Amino acid sequence: MFKLINIELYKIFKKWRSYIGFIAIAVLVPVIEFALQIEGHKSIDFITRDLQQSFLFVGNLLNTYFVSYLILNSLTVHIPFLITLVAGDLLAGESTAGTYRLLLTRPVSRMQIVSSKFIAGLIYTFLLILLLAVFSLGLGYLLLGTGELIVFRNGIITVFAKNDIIWRFLLAYCSAVLSMGVVASLAFLFSALVENAIGPIISTMAIIIIFLIISAINVDIFQSIRPYLFTSYMGTWSMFFDKPLDRFEIVKSTLILLAHIAGLFGLASYIFYKKDILT
Amino acid sequence: MDLDKVIEIVNLSKHFKDLKAVNNLNLNVYKGDVFGFLGPNGAGKSTTIRMLVSLITPSEGSIKVFGNTLRHHRKEILGKIGAIVEKPDFYGYLSAYKNLEILGKISGKEIGKNRIMEVLELVGLEKRYKSKVKTYSHGMKQRLGLAQALLHDPELIILDEPTTGLDPQGMKEIRDLIVYLSKEKQKTIFLSSHVLYEVELVANRMIIIDKGSAKVEGNVEELLDSKSVRVTFEVDNMERAKSLLDNTAWIDKLDTAVNGKLIFNLAHDEVSQLNKYLVQNDISVGAVIPTRSLEEYFLNITQKVS
Repeated sequence: MFKLINIELYKIFKKWRSYIGFIAIAVLVPVIEFALQIEGHKSIDFITRDLQQSFLFVGNLLNTYFVSYLILNSLTVHIPFLITLVAGDLLAGESTAGTYRLLLTRPVSRMQIVSSKFIAGLIYTFLLILLLAVFSLGLGYLLLGTGELIVFRNGIITVFAKNDIIWRFLLAYCSAVLSMGVVASLAFLFSALVENAIGPIISTMAIIIIFLIISAINVDIFQSIRPYLFTSYMGTWSMFFDKPLDRFEIVKSTLILLAHIAGLFGLASYIFYKKDILT
Repeated sequence: MDLDKVIEIVNLSKHFKDLKAVNNLNLNVYKGDVFGFLGPNGAGKSTTIRMLVSLITPSEGSIKVFGNTLRHHRKEILGKIGAIVEKPDFYGYLSAYKNLEILGKISGKEIGKNRIMEVLELVGLEKRYKSKVKTYSHGMKQRLGLAQALLHDPELIILDEPTTGLDPQGMKEIRDLIVYLSKEKQKTIFLSSHVLYEVELVANRMIIIDKGSAKVEGNVEELLDSKSVRVTFEVDNMERAKSLLDNTAWIDKLDTAVNGKLIFNLAHDEVSQLNKYLVQNDISVGAVIPTRSLEEYFLNITQKVS
């Protein structure tokens, strides 16, 4: 199995498209950080505008933590697209290339093939988020330094002390890996269904966008179905910036994300197992 | 159980909705056979091969390979099979060597660099082993397809139209390789083709299928009556050639003479004799072509059956 995962990772990283995500992050994060270095104080002013008459804000609020927190907010739409580029190609790409015929006529089970591809997809997702974390926090540290983190969430402004931040980011990035794991799993499921990688990319993005729109519109009927949309749990990472932590909600959301990953993988495996290879 | 039976297909069928791609097919391949699997395009050959290597699931019937059912012993059986299924597709962004290295890692055997280079040499690709497969011609991919099928030294080699897209020299080399694998390496070979002549040259047993069903199965020599062969001689001066033959026994074997082509029904050893006779009498022979086509033979078979 380890051998198969290695092979899948090798194939992923031999494809040009796999680097689009890394390049996008390597370009976008510095651009955002440079821009915020120049104009970030406006964001801080915006967040604290109602409090400035009552409180005096001192210290370096425009720091690596603040910028990294803002960048994490891009997870919902932008990073999923980068992930589907690879995850949507994992099975469908073999079908398009006709290489299923090479892989599946070897003495390895279909379950091993599908599992190794899925795990490779999750590792890719992890690496993409890791790069996001390293670039956001690392480059931010060099450009903006550290300080307290000011967060505006659910109408509440919270300021975190310097020594109370890193563990929150670590857990937030772990949670982000899970959220993006659901996206990768969904693209993987579509990848098992079709013979061309474009379909899974478009379908996954369409579902995410539709679910996000439904979640955002304040209509009773939409609000009632929100708990059943996986996109409602994609922001679980931000719960690590609540004070106090709502542990029950975090555990619940994490379990829901894990259940989605397991369910989508299970379905993809079943489809792949039953699939007649005609390409 | 017949221990010499390598493949045993019983009442095999595959339906795609209303289409019966394979219909109640039965066949046996024995150890050491070069088994010709013949049929026109769309006859169900590739569907049968896909079922044989578990790419698709049969709707009905059973497949036994090396005495074990494919359904229950898939991994064990695939470890002993090397196959080319339809056109040769590879990871185009990787080199031939890397493609084989990856396939070697999942072949169930330890495949080292030496073995990879050995099979690449066998198919004549050793000088291009570092090139990305996307830069290969169709013929080179076909050879690489053969290399991957032989990589893990399988007991049974399944070749689906292995000479498609090759030039005459390439076709001959593949045929020679099949004979070498059969005679020298004692491999069992399942050769799918729609070219009867190709099968006739290398196979000892064959089956002809059409519309998913077997039409005839048996020994190649007996089925094709290989004692005689229909041959076209392309000559520069047909009238002079005809008048030359008029006073000889050859004229009785001449079937048709049209457009510079003389078509004879000859015994195998007579082909070279006639060629020599014509050349010695200053008749230039441009080509000697066996003209029995699968369609012609197939029509005969189906007419006999009906």
